[in-house]
Amino acid sequence: MIVALVILLSLIIDMAMTGMPRISSHFFTSFPSRFPERAGILSAWVGSFCVVLVTALMAIPLGIASGIYLEEYAPKNIFTKIIEINILNLAGIPSITFGLMALGIFVYRFGLGQTIITAGMTLGLLVLPIIIVTTREAIRTIPSHIREASYSLGATKWQTIWNHILPYSSGGIMTGVVIALSRAIGETAPLITVGALTFIAFLPTAPVSDIAPYLSMKWLTDPYTVMPIQMFNWVSRPQEEFHINAAAAGLVLLTMTLLLNAVAIYIRYRFRKKYKW
Amino acid sequence: MKTEFSTPHSTKRRFRVLKEFLIKAFLFICAASSVLVTVGVVWTLVVEALPFFDDVSLSQFLFDREWTPLFENAQYGIMTLVCGTLLTTVIALLVAIPLGTITAVFLSEYSSEKMREIFKPILELLAAIPTVVYGYFAMLFVTPLLQKIIPGISSFNALSAGLVMGVMIIPYISSLSEDAMRAVPLHLREGSLALGASKFQTSFRVILPAAFSGVASAYILGISRALGETMVVAIAAGLQPRLSFNPLESTQTITAFIVQVSLGDLPQGSIGYRSIYVSGLVLLIFTLVFNLIGQLIRSNMEKKFK
Repeated sequence: MIVALVILLSLIIDMAMTGMPRISSHFFTSFPSRFPERAGILSAWVGSFCVVLVTALMAIPLGIASGIYLEEYAPKNIFTKIIEINILNLAGIPSITFGLMALGIFVYRFGLGQTIITAGMTLGLLVLPIIIVTTREAIRTIPSHIREASYSLGATKWQTIWNHILPYSSGGIMTGVVIALSRAIGETAPLITVGALTFIAFLPTAPVSDIAPYLSMKWLTDPYTVMPIQMFNWVSRPQEEFHINAAAAGLVLLTMTLLLNAVAIYIRYRFRKKYKW
Repeated sequence: MKTEFSTPHSTKRRFRVLKEFLIKAFLFICAASSVLVTVGVVWTLVVEALPFFDDVSLSQFLFDREWTPLFENAQYGIMTLVCGTLLTTVIALLVAIPLGTITAVFLSEYSSEKMREIFKPILELLAAIPTVVYGYFAMLFVTPLLQKIIPGISSFNALSAGLVMGVMIIPYISSLSEDAMRAVPLHLREGSLALGASKFQTSFRVILPAAFSGVASAYILGISRALGETMVVAIAAGLQPRLSFNPLESTQTITAFIVQVSLGDLPQGSIGYRSIYVSGLVLLIFTLVFNLIGQLIRSNMEKKFK
């Protein structure tokens, strides 16, 4: 196990050594370019941010709601069993098949095209099982006497959930959400199949403008690129110079995901200390 | 039920009952929608893949010895892609199973509570590294290294992709195996130690066999992970479908083929478009079978220890 850790650490250090010189404010504020020294990841990180925003808006409510239903409401019958087995299987399906599904349904059948909203929804479905499973685990740790106390004071089922179950399990749920989003940031394969472009030298439409109606949703239907795809594009070029860019992009990507995961671990640690039943 | 204590037939109470019902219905719809996702995946793959067999016969699909759907005289032998997929998966397992098992034994039997608190989050972090980063490692770090050791190895090869993929799935295997080993009742350990067995003998001859079904299901989930892994093989294993098990040559997996085709511009309904759905369907069947076997073994184990 130490061996594996050492190997990985050396890999990361190697990447950091290669990529570090490329990282500057210029790298974050420039568009990709034919010239490796001038290329940057502006469109990539903005794209990643927009896509993950859509993912979060879709997966978080849906995931938490499903988790609550399965833990608090679901009767023990065949249909519940089907939902449970289905979620387990969903988590085991290769991510690229989600991409194929999204290509067939979102891109062609719904005619959404190769846009931010397609990508966000694809990733939303992909990370849904993670949020459902962690929500359920978090709710399950709450002892039943909490529920009974709330009922005995005359609270309805939903009041109990809203005022007690959700607050007490929010630590576990948040951990799951953060892990799910970090997975969404790093995911590449399904976005390639739904057609994320690799060379985007413009940003999505700004969501706020100074003319009426001030708020615009047009960015949802703009083409995009994301961090991992930008990195993939640079890795697969033959020129050595671009590999340095890839290392730099990888470094940024790695920092983002590891940071998010560290946050998740920290939240879990804090909450475990806070609530002891 | 609780609401019976408030004034009967008040509008407030009726409103409350209605609200509770609506919330329950809404939550149910959310939970059921996950079934729709699965149905959507399977349905899309099947519907988009079936017209493929209007042009290609099943025997061609199974027995052709080449996979070149995008070329002029196209051949559709899926076995070449399956072969590439199996090759990288086997290499990955040769790395991940021993290392993952040893890690699990270490965490479950040898390490103190404190060390486990440190090591488990680190393993989780490893599982969080984006796969495209692992692909970078495979191509620009492992392959040059292998080229120094084995002269004549192709610059895209199944070996480096498989090795890196192996490291990648260690956390999946070790964390599930560890759960299984920790579930082994304490008295088995104590019995073994009381008979004079060393800690090593206890771990590998008592605990590991006792936890076997859990460990096996961890291996199987690792296999399905490796089968479906995309970016590492797309970057490092090359794009040459080949019906051989030579790890030093370039090869192409099902997933890498889908990536290669998707990067180009394919009109909907063309044979190339159909071909990615057919190969995706084959991949889905493989992983679903492995997942089901894994779940069966695991639910058997849960019964055993109850």
